[in-house]
Amino acid sequence: MLTHLRPAIVLLCLMTVLTGVIYPLSLTGLLQIAVPRTANGSLVERDGKVVGSQLIGQVFTSERYFHGRPSAAGQNGYDAAASSGSNLGPLSRKLVDRVTSDVAGLKSQGIAIIPADAVTTSASGLDPDISPAHAAIQIERVARARGIAGERVQAIVSQVTALPDLGVFGEPRVNVLQLNLALDAALAPGAG
Amino acid sequence: MTFVGWLQIALVLSAVVATAWPLGIYMSRVFQGQRTVLSPVMMPVERLLYAAAGVQPAKEQSWIAYTLAMLALNGAGFVLLYTLLRSQGWLPLNPQGFGAVSPDLAFNTAISFVTNTNWQAYGGETTMSHLVQMVGLTVQNFLSAATGIALAIAVTRGITRSAVGTVGNFWVDMTRATLYVLLPLSIVVAILFAATGVPQTLAGSVDAVNLDGSKQAIAIGPVASQEAIKQIGTNGGGFFNTNSAHPFENPNTWSNILSIWSMLLVSTALTFTFGRMAGDARQGYALLSVMAVLLIAGVAVVYGAETSGNPLLASAGVDAAGGNMEGKEVRFGQALSALYVVATTGLSCGAVNTMHNSLMPLGGLVPLFMIQLGEILPGGVGSGLYGMIVMAVLTVFVAGLMVGRTPEYLGKRIEAREMKLAMLALLILPLAILGFSAASVMMPKALESLANAGPRGLTEILYAYSSAAGNNGSAFAGLSANTPWYNATLGMAMLLGRFAYIIPVMALAGSLAAKTKSPASAGTFPTDGGMFIGLLIGVILILGGLQYFPALALGPIVEHFLMQAGRTF
Repeated sequence: MLTHLRPAIVLLCLMTVLTGVIYPLSLTGLLQIAVPRTANGSLVERDGKVVGSQLIGQVFTSERYFHGRPSAAGQNGYDAAASSGSNLGPLSRKLVDRVTSDVAGLKSQGIAIIPADAVTTSASGLDPDISPAHAAIQIERVARARGIAGERVQAIVSQVTALPDLGVFGEPRVNVLQLNLALDAALAPGAG
Repeated sequence: MTFVGWLQIALVLSAVVATAWPLGIYMSRVFQGQRTVLSPVMMPVERLLYAAAGVQPAKEQSWIAYTLAMLALNGAGFVLLYTLLRSQGWLPLNPQGFGAVSPDLAFNTAISFVTNTNWQAYGGETTMSHLVQMVGLTVQNFLSAATGIALAIAVTRGITRSAVGTVGNFWVDMTRATLYVLLPLSIVVAILFAATGVPQTLAGSVDAVNLDGSKQAIAIGPVASQEAIKQIGTNGGGFFNTNSAHPFENPNTWSNILSIWSMLLVSTALTFTFGRMAGDARQGYALLSVMAVLLIAGVAVVYGAETSGNPLLASAGVDAAGGNMEGKEVRFGQALSALYVVATTGLSCGAVNTMHNSLMPLGGLVPLFMIQLGEILPGGVGSGLYGMIVMAVLTVFVAGLMVGRTPEYLGKRIEAREMKLAMLALLILPLAILGFSAASVMMPKALESLANAGPRGLTEILYAYSSAAGNNGSAFAGLSANTPWYNATLGMAMLLGRFAYIIPVMALAGSLAAKTKSPASAGTFPTDGGMFIGLLIGVILILGGLQYFPALALGPIVEHFLMQAGRTF
């Protein structure tokens, strides 16, 4: 065993330098130069202020905005420093009660068909996207709050909707932050 | 289930096989000491490392010396990582100012990363400094994966060589696995991950003021570099708490495909390496076929269960068309989420893009059973191959019993000693999984950690010990596992699953290496045809079923029927 001690310690130290220091730091240097925007978290700025990351979902409460999915990250949801799913199983009474009350809320707004992603929490609690069906049930509310025609909101939603890559991979989806920014931009005073 | 869904699954799996084939051949050249494209760059580095460490690369080791060398490296790795975790608060590169990790969590985490398990009883973004993530965890991601590959190569040599006393040199195999395989692949994959949008920065968190005026602190860090080796080395330990479901670890469809491809790549490639080193490519194809059949069957069950959705939510008024979306991300879709669930548990990866604890009863049964089948479908890098070889040895033995002939595998006679060693290895997993689970369910203190009542509670415990002993690392994550009891016992389960398993397997390899290869005769049972593939699948399923069916019946299976009956807990 002792004959193995020297190679064990020496190789561990050298491999630590190689894979634990040189590897991550040289990649950090390279990627900070090559792709600074994404390497720093795909941050979105408006008027010089960071309003979030394009990849990270956030809380929207105003009626004027589209809302994301329910979130189990942190105390109030969308805590981007403590990602988490609900970890509730399908037979969980907590889950069924939560969904039942959310469904009742939506039904009271006159929404007949409730898309699954509108009442379920995501795996990360930070899902930045909603399904097109989930966006569709919010169009009327947003249009009313902003005092504009539903068709205009619908047009912006269609613009922002991402289709499956190459027509095959992934799901059609709508990035909520991108959608709300597009809404604000299109409907700002002075905008077309 | 949709046609497009299955098309996605088929395309991703085809890409894995198409790239694993050349990689497997490349690896067989690397470990047989032949020149490769990377030799001009890596040979000088390799020589430097050997000189500094006092390693004579040409000197081969017996199976005992090889195993001791492996234990020495892993022991030293454990001590280093434990020390780093305990002293985190005093070390630099800690932008969030995290303090020392508690002794039981440090013990658990150090074992977890050294054994290639990457069970995480902590949330990355709330516990670990950048220094620990890079110098501690990333390093063990490399070394534990290199250890696995080295062991698989040693076992392959044991079977394919004739009448020799040695199985190779651990230091050389481990160094080559790192320099020629893991490091170059990780660099390429990290750059690809970054291209899809994964961040790589030394900053700790970014503050944003959202459109609604609410404040959001966004945790960030050197994610891409850790993500790459986490997948390539089937480690699975996420930078963030929610692992590959977190948008920074897995931002879109392309990163999701890259994630699945990179975790399956090396383990799949090793079956080609095995065929190449055995001098008969069909031997490797046979093992790969078994893995593929069981993996795809698993995907079908999960995909089916998840798309049919939760009847309890459907009767609450939710549209069933979306399937079960609790614990899933919109951007991945049901098909590639199902593939991820099965791949990560068929491998001993343990990265997750879906919260397994929110899977449907049958959707959760599959990943649990995949782990319990021994992490061989296709299993962790290296550990999957040697685990499958043990199953192959057992299969030829069963076949031999049926017709009353002495069993042979690749021309090596399998006798009583080999069978005893194989059984010793195979019994470790059920002992650790069922033993610790049984102890936990009888302890009120341990039951306080459960997140769900009813059968899912039992499944949470069963899954935790299966994941630990199988060196997987994924979880039914509601279980609050960061307690002294779980940290200690899960740590022990990980140690048993890794080292108590590999020692008899290495002894088996040493015993086979010493035997003379006998030429195939008319009475030899061919181990490259459909008959063998079918038998091997049967042995794997029967063995797994006999060991775990009673426990599974009380967990996910009864839960499925209770769900049909509309019960909640």
